[in-house]
Amino acid sequence: MHKPPAVEALELDKHISSSTATLTILNGLQLRVEQGERLAIIGRSGSGKSTLLALLAGLDLPSTGKVRILGEDIVELDEDGRAAVRGRSMGFVFQSFQLLPSLTALENVMLPLQLTGRRDAAALAQAALAQVGLSARLSHYPRQLSGGEQQRVAIARAFAPQPQILFADEPTGNLDASTGQHIIDLLFQLNEAAGTTLILVTHDMALASRCERILTLQDGQLQQVPQTPARSGR
Amino acid sequence: MLALNLAWRQLRSLWASGEVRVLFLALVLAVAATTTVGLFTDRVASALVREGGLLLGGDMVVQADHPLPAQFVEAAEQQRLHTAQTMEFPSMVSDGEQSQLAEIKAVSDSFPLRGELTIAAAPATSGIAARSVPQPGSVWLEPRLAGLLALAVGDHVQLGESKLRVAALLQQEPSRGGDMFSYAPRLMMNLADVEATGLVQYGSRVRYQLLLAAGSGPLADYKAWAEARLGDGEKLMDVSTARPEMRSALDKSSQFLGLAAMVAVLLAMVAMYLASLPYVQNSFDSYAMMRCLGASRALMLKVLLYQALLLAALGALLGAAIGYVAQSGLSMLAGRLFAEALPAAAWTPLLLGCLAGLLILLAVLWPQLLRLAQVPALRILRRDLEHSPSEGKRWLQRLSLLPALLVMALLLLWQSGDWKLGGAMLVALCGLLAVTTGLARLGSSMLQRLPGSHSGWRLGLAGLRRRPWLAAAQVSALSLGLMALLLLALIRSDLLNNWQQSLPADAPNRFMINIQPDQLDAIQQRLHQAGLQDTQLFPMVRGRLTAVNGEPVLVDNYTDDRARRLAEREFNLSWAADMQADNQLLQGRWWTASQHGQPLVSLEQDLATALGLKVGDRLRYDIAGSPLELTVSSIRKVEWDSMRANFFAVTPPGVLDGFDASYISSFHLPIGNDTLINSLVKAMPNLTVLDIAAIMQQVRGVMARMTHAVEYVFAFSLLAGIAVLYAALAATRAERTREMTLLRVLGARSRQLYQAVFTEFAVIGLLAALVAVLVANLLAYYVSVQVLGIVYAFNLRFSLLLLMLAALLVPTAAWFGVRSDLQQPPRHLLQSV
Repeated sequence: MHKPPAVEALELDKHISSSTATLTILNGLQLRVEQGERLAIIGRSGSGKSTLLALLAGLDLPSTGKVRILGEDIVELDEDGRAAVRGRSMGFVFQSFQLLPSLTALENVMLPLQLTGRRDAAALAQAALAQVGLSARLSHYPRQLSGGEQQRVAIARAFAPQPQILFADEPTGNLDASTGQHIIDLLFQLNEAAGTTLILVTHDMALASRCERILTLQDGQLQQVPQTPARSGR
Repeated sequence: MLALNLAWRQLRSLWASGEVRVLFLALVLAVAATTTVGLFTDRVASALVREGGLLLGGDMVVQADHPLPAQFVEAAEQQRLHTAQTMEFPSMVSDGEQSQLAEIKAVSDSFPLRGELTIAAAPATSGIAARSVPQPGSVWLEPRLAGLLALAVGDHVQLGESKLRVAALLQQEPSRGGDMFSYAPRLMMNLADVEATGLVQYGSRVRYQLLLAAGSGPLADYKAWAEARLGDGEKLMDVSTARPEMRSALDKSSQFLGLAAMVAVLLAMVAMYLASLPYVQNSFDSYAMMRCLGASRALMLKVLLYQALLLAALGALLGAAIGYVAQSGLSMLAGRLFAEALPAAAWTPLLLGCLAGLLILLAVLWPQLLRLAQVPALRILRRDLEHSPSEGKRWLQRLSLLPALLVMALLLLWQSGDWKLGGAMLVALCGLLAVTTGLARLGSSMLQRLPGSHSGWRLGLAGLRRRPWLAAAQVSALSLGLMALLLLALIRSDLLNNWQQSLPADAPNRFMINIQPDQLDAIQQRLHQAGLQDTQLFPMVRGRLTAVNGEPVLVDNYTDDRARRLAEREFNLSWAADMQADNQLLQGRWWTASQHGQPLVSLEQDLATALGLKVGDRLRYDIAGSPLELTVSSIRKVEWDSMRANFFAVTPPGVLDGFDASYISSFHLPIGNDTLINSLVKAMPNLTVLDIAAIMQQVRGVMARMTHAVEYVFAFSLLAGIAVLYAALAATRAERTREMTLLRVLGARSRQLYQAVFTEFAVIGLLAALVAVLVANLLAYYVSVQVLGIVYAFNLRFSLLLLMLAALLVPTAAWFGVRSDLQQPPRHLLQSV
């Protein structure tokens, strides 16, 4: 049976109006990401990468156009509907970790599982934390963890519910080079094991090159970046 | 369960980082203040009821100026109530040679239903509780009467046609309350002996009473039944109407206490509002993330609601517990307001305090929390989303104050029990918010024109320009806090002083009535000899109002009880060339010397209002059978509390010359100085002296003790005031730290930054204090003149002090707040920014 694409954007426009002018960020953007594919979106600062990620994940609405997640148009849904889709099929890793300071590492990982009503949330979260090597840190609060450890918790949180799509926004932006490298290795390793669709937004070409496909966002449109030998290692 | 767990965890984390602590503390203070005052006033109120019962001799009394219809007694018996009957009338009592006017009280065997009679065998011996009433054939005399007639136990007295044996001296009886009638010395006899004396005949001035107390049946039904059947000259009294003088003093002090508690609540609400700002601000990320992970809005609302309820429940419980402990302290301070200890506290004020806490918290916090529920998930990527609210959102934010204002108004109404007071506070609050917002707008537009510079104070002013709305919120909150504190200071010192001065130490405490014109010179001479200078003697003629503008005055023309009473009874007319110093002319003009003998009359305001009389009306009086027509020439306000002799109706001299007049005088004598009175009364037995010294002493005692009680409650307000200051500073601390760190990175010196903080907060403090001084004085004026009915004096000292304090204290506190941040290397802070 034909599988629907993981993410599909059709004729996506995003304008932002201020009192003096209207700024076009995305202009008739088209995108199709197949299930299990790994895609990197690169671009200069201010090119609209984060805006695009927000639209694809249903965190924001386009001015016009459609966004389909696993065949379902999320633009048509209401806020709670989009939240439900996110809870069901998406995981997130952000540059600034975005852990809830009031919850321990374990509870942070349990949260998305609990939100979707999983009864085995604790066991799954523990397993996820073990996978990122943080079994000894279950009851630590984010403020008690290093930056690298926090990002590992965030990765465990992203993978624990076994999402079909993982969005990563500059996941190494707040980390030093060596920790960043570790985190990326971990991210790709887990991704490969789970067969998750990955959409990675970054300005780091080296990081992007670990994906099968790289698109550049420029003037509100996506363009294919030609294949380079660096990526053949996958 | 997930929602509750998240709510609890979130709360715990916010507690650790400090935001919630101020909010919680303020809530605890608010609940503690309301509960303390609520419990205390409740205890005082039930003590008053109990005392009232003792004073009436029962829980309820049906009183008439004629024998009571049998149905009242029959119904009481049917409803299984305890009953007793009494008759009271004045009569001469003699021992053969000497005679003395006495207040006779004849009682049935079951008297009294509440309290007890204390009797003794000889004067100055300790009394014992009587087991019965005087047996038929015997009487009990008050020691004063026995002294005047030189009688001892075992002697006989002549009362009308009966000769009765003195069986005991009556030291104390219930129902000898603040009623002026009962101040002639007492003779108590058995009801069965009355008929034989022949004293009670048609037209005699007798007061018949049926005393009632709850037996196995309740009183409320009887009350409703009896009230519907009361005829002319009959009235029903219960404990709520007993002891008017104590009730008035305690009511006023309860108002003071309520006000003080409300100030604490008001301050606490301001502190809570301010503390909720960083609380919400710091929670945005967490809620946005939850949204991002798929949490529905319903779940978020649940988490927030649980959070608010958890806070409210914990705060209310702790506050109520503190209130319970604090009120016993208050009761100790208030000392022995009554002869017996205060009754135990009821549970209702505790419950009401908790409910008030819940209401306060939800009103202040809920609109803020709703902002969290509406946070877009996109905020995870765009942190600016909540930082720069659009104009529409700002209006929404201001509207979010509405529930808090409404609850504030509701609480004010509830605590003051007075819509005028509550309304005035609310108008003052809104006025204050409007003025501060206006000032902030004006200020920020003026600051826009300021040229940029790197000096410290310019940086400070620039800070105000950058955050005009936050500055406005800070000015509003601080000025609210300062206003409340200033108001309290004004109440504490000025209003309480003025109240106490309304009953000065040398206020008259004896009334002498029934003075005959030929005794005037002798009395004035005796008073003068005793060192009482300038004692005035006022003439008094009794008359009944029979017609207004030719229309006869009939009881049935009036529906108001007071008007009906005034229409059917005689009252005193007096004459005077000059208006009494403590009277105030409201309408019309006082007469001149040339108007001697002209048929004019000046009326007291309440009487005129009750009977619907105005200047220019023609009044016809019946004075001892002769008509007298007078025209109303003025309306006066009279200070009845001053304890001086005052009159409903006063005419110019010469108008009442043709009528028999007696005179009345009031003067101050120290307690226990009875020699003068005794010798006067002995020389002129017709004189009656009313001694209200004991009552006034008690009222003055209440004033002094309640003043302490108000000071005690003031402590809550002071703490809440500190919480406001702290919260106002904490509200902007994170942003300020961020800004200063950046400025330091860019090369600003600490000195410049301190200057900037100092300037910014000096302006905020000064503005806040200016508005507070203005509003607090206006409010204090209104409260004293319109609500409490006492004179207002502007207190420049307090106002200046507040301005100085605010201009120094606020920036100093702010400086302390940022000092620790400025001493750290910027890198540490940059990491946390």
